[in-house]
Amino acid sequence: MSTAPFTLDDLRRVLLEAAGADEGVDLAGDILDVHFESLGYESLALLETGSRIEREYGVALDEDLLADAQTPRALIAAVNEALGTVQQAA
Amino acid sequence: MTTSVVVTGLGIAAPNGLGTREYWEATRNGKNGIGRVTRFDPSSYPSTLAGEVPGFVAEDHLPSRLLPQTDRMTRMALVATDWALQDADIDPAELPAYDMGVVTASSSGGFEFGQNELQKLWSQGSQYVSAYQSFAWFYAVNSGQISIRNGMKGPSGVIVSDEAGGLDAVAHGRRLIRKGTPVVVSGSIDASICPWGWVAQQAAGRLTRSTEPTRAYLPFDAEASGYVPGEGGAILIMESAESARERGARVYGEISGYGSTFDPKPGSGREPALRKAIELALADADLTPGDIDVVFADAAGVPELDRIEAEALTAVFGARGVPVTAPKTMTGRLYSGAGPLDIASALLAFEEGLIPPTVHVTADDDYALDLVVDRPRQAPLRAALVVARGYGGFNSAVVVRAAG
Amino acid sequence: MTGRRVVITGIEVLAPGGVGRENFWNLLSEGRTATRGITFFDPAPYRSKVAAEMDFDPEAHGLTPHEIRRMDRAAQFAVVAARGAVADSGIELQAYDPYRVGVTIGSAVGATMGLDEEYKVVSDGGRLHLVDHEYAVPHLYNYLVPSSFAAEVAWDAGAQGPSTVVSTGCTSGIDSVGHAVELIREGTADVMIAGSSDAPISPITMACFDAIKATTPRYDAPESASRPFDGTRNGFVLGEGAAVFVLEELEHARKRGAHIYAEIAGYATRSNAYHMTGLRPDGAEMAEAIDTALAEARMNPTAIDYINAHGSGTKQNDRHETAAFKRSLGEHAYRTPVSSIKSMVGHSLGAIGSIEIAASALAMEHNVVPPTANLHTPDPECDLDYVPLVAREQLTDAVLTVGSGFGGFQSAMVLARPERSVA
Repeated sequence: MSTAPFTLDDLRRVLLEAAGADEGVDLAGDILDVHFESLGYESLALLETGSRIEREYGVALDEDLLADAQTPRALIAAVNEALGTVQQAA
Repeated sequence: MTTSVVVTGLGIAAPNGLGTREYWEATRNGKNGIGRVTRFDPSSYPSTLAGEVPGFVAEDHLPSRLLPQTDRMTRMALVATDWALQDADIDPAELPAYDMGVVTASSSGGFEFGQNELQKLWSQGSQYVSAYQSFAWFYAVNSGQISIRNGMKGPSGVIVSDEAGGLDAVAHGRRLIRKGTPVVVSGSIDASICPWGWVAQQAAGRLTRSTEPTRAYLPFDAEASGYVPGEGGAILIMESAESARERGARVYGEISGYGSTFDPKPGSGREPALRKAIELALADADLTPGDIDVVFADAAGVPELDRIEAEALTAVFGARGVPVTAPKTMTGRLYSGAGPLDIASALLAFEEGLIPPTVHVTADDDYALDLVVDRPRQAPLRAALVVARGYGGFNSAVVVRAAG
Repeated sequence: MTGRRVVITGIEVLAPGGVGRENFWNLLSEGRTATRGITFFDPAPYRSKVAAEMDFDPEAHGLTPHEIRRMDRAAQFAVVAARGAVADSGIELQAYDPYRVGVTIGSAVGATMGLDEEYKVVSDGGRLHLVDHEYAVPHLYNYLVPSSFAAEVAWDAGAQGPSTVVSTGCTSGIDSVGHAVELIREGTADVMIAGSSDAPISPITMACFDAIKATTPRYDAPESASRPFDGTRNGFVLGEGAAVFVLEELEHARKRGAHIYAEIAGYATRSNAYHMTGLRPDGAEMAEAIDTALAEARMNPTAIDYINAHGSGTKQNDRHETAAFKRSLGEHAYRTPVSSIKSMVGHSLGAIGSIEIAASALAMEHNVVPPTANLHTPDPECDLDYVPLVAREQLTDAVLTVGSGFGGFQSAMVLARPERSVA
């Protein structure tokens, strides 16, 4: 198990696997503080994303924290908190 | 007065052709779409042949957001719907949302998606099951996804009656139009060619074990040995004749009659109910047997079932009383997709005045059918009967008439 | 179209804690709950560990060993419930033209239990993706195609008219009956055996609802886990069961002196065209279905005496339908008792719509409105009269029952007394 921090690139990859990407959304762009809703991801997509992260990184994400994480920055922070790794600026 | 209901758009995904033009070009020329299964290695199974839709690349047609949450049958259904709407020259965004409904059939849902999730459940654990499993495999998924993608809020439905279901869905679409919904997306695309679906299909004991694509599915032939399963089907855009006329739409033809019956329990000694379904469809269309120019047969490829169908047809039409064809000999049996695809074939046959052939078959004279074999037959066509039967005893028949 | 009206003359219900029509009604009218910790399999790995399981002995209900062997649990429910409904109606089906007697059975998830169990076997516990056909049961095709449920019922009843399974997710139970009503009204059939059945309590179902956090994680007190309209609700409780009806044309039922429970006066279904699992908070499409069903019944919203809600107990559903009721019934929504029997019998997916139609008809029969159990904490977003905890005696001449399902389906049905004055 790697203890490297969970990064924005990691999240981009998992999002694509879990839910694809909306046409017209540039996932590669500066999305750290863009609401998931504006990125085209609704709760179902985020649930699938959350459970993929949990499986792949062997962590349990707090349900409320996950539900409250409305931006990539917030979600990355929640994952890193669960991983016990220090969050890095992406 | 009952509302006349017409078909104004077609979207086809079939083993011998993807898209309406490609399908019809293949079908009128007797091009076979049956081959050895490629979607998994079939060598450990008694049956190895299938009709697989070639060249369907979902990524080319659908946004990536939809891909993780859809089974193959849903992807094909969404794309076929897009094509059918284009063909009908309908932009759903321009119509009132409640004026459009969706009624599809399904026989076994998104079975491949379901297998993948069952596999994860039993091999890795419950936390590996996808969030999309809650709907991606279930029978209602295509109606739901089509309505969402196209903003259709009118009445919807999902009919499951195995291979008869596709005709039942079209008939229900007609019912909704008669109750006041101007446009209905109907028909069906089915697919369950995955190891789990394969084993389940084999269990009924009706799949052929032949390994020769041209000798495998031989309905009404003395050498009939079962059927080849396939995937695909057709999506139809149905409208009231009035709605079609108002917007100057091209009309393929009318869904004129429908009948549906259920067989008696085996061993009851009662007559099979297929003949009654055909008679009901003719009566509903207000036609006599003599008005029917061609029959698209269910063509089970199982001797006992072929005999029942031949007897029903000869009872209604007389011995060799009507041309009969089974273009599904080129595609395999497509479950709930079969009926709508046969309706599409009938409508395309009207346009050209040409009956597509039944391929590979030498008609057994005992059946007393005028089977159109090997080559297409030219004939003026005004009305067709489409027959479909589902496992367990479902019988449905639809009468389609040419436009004008 | 032809002016034919359709009535319910036979009912049978198999529900958790209430196997049989009378037991079912006793459970509801006493406000008891049938949810419990899962016993069908070890629920330890799952987020949600409760369900409304039914204690059902197929042999005791007259199914033969052959029937039990070839039918999934949900098919068994359907056949037993159909037999009960036919017996209750007193109809002699043999006296009818079999082509005028049809069957519609609703089911959201078909033979899920059978498929789950068999997959475990043919995949050797998930070891094989190329599953081994040598281990497949001979009736596996009946599990593949849930149309086998309708086939079994039709065979059993000797029905040879239009027969099918209607599968519109969690509105299947309303849509199946609505479909049958349409067949009688249009003149295709005279008698329909219509209802729905589901038996989804299996590992794959628990896993998929876990993944979307739709089912409640509450398991400290299983009997109070299902909490529709309560401020502490946090998901539904999976259930199982079936309800089947005998439906007939009104004059036909009167002529044979049948007991008439209710007329199915209006039915409509709409799609939200929004999301496979999500609901917009405004409830607009459900309201559209309700309005259409009322119009078909030629009834004003004020004629509704009781609303049998979908009330699944998820945050979004209960808010959504509360909005829909207000949208359709206006001020009358605040004066109309609304309750969810899912608080007692859980959410049996495709079956529950028919079970709720049965509850609605029985509420009319007894002039008693069943309660919403476990409703202790008000939710400001759910501010109607949800009949908390205790059933209520009141004259009940007309009932609205609704359903909402994955796929965006929204269905509504109006039951009324046939002797009412029709506007």
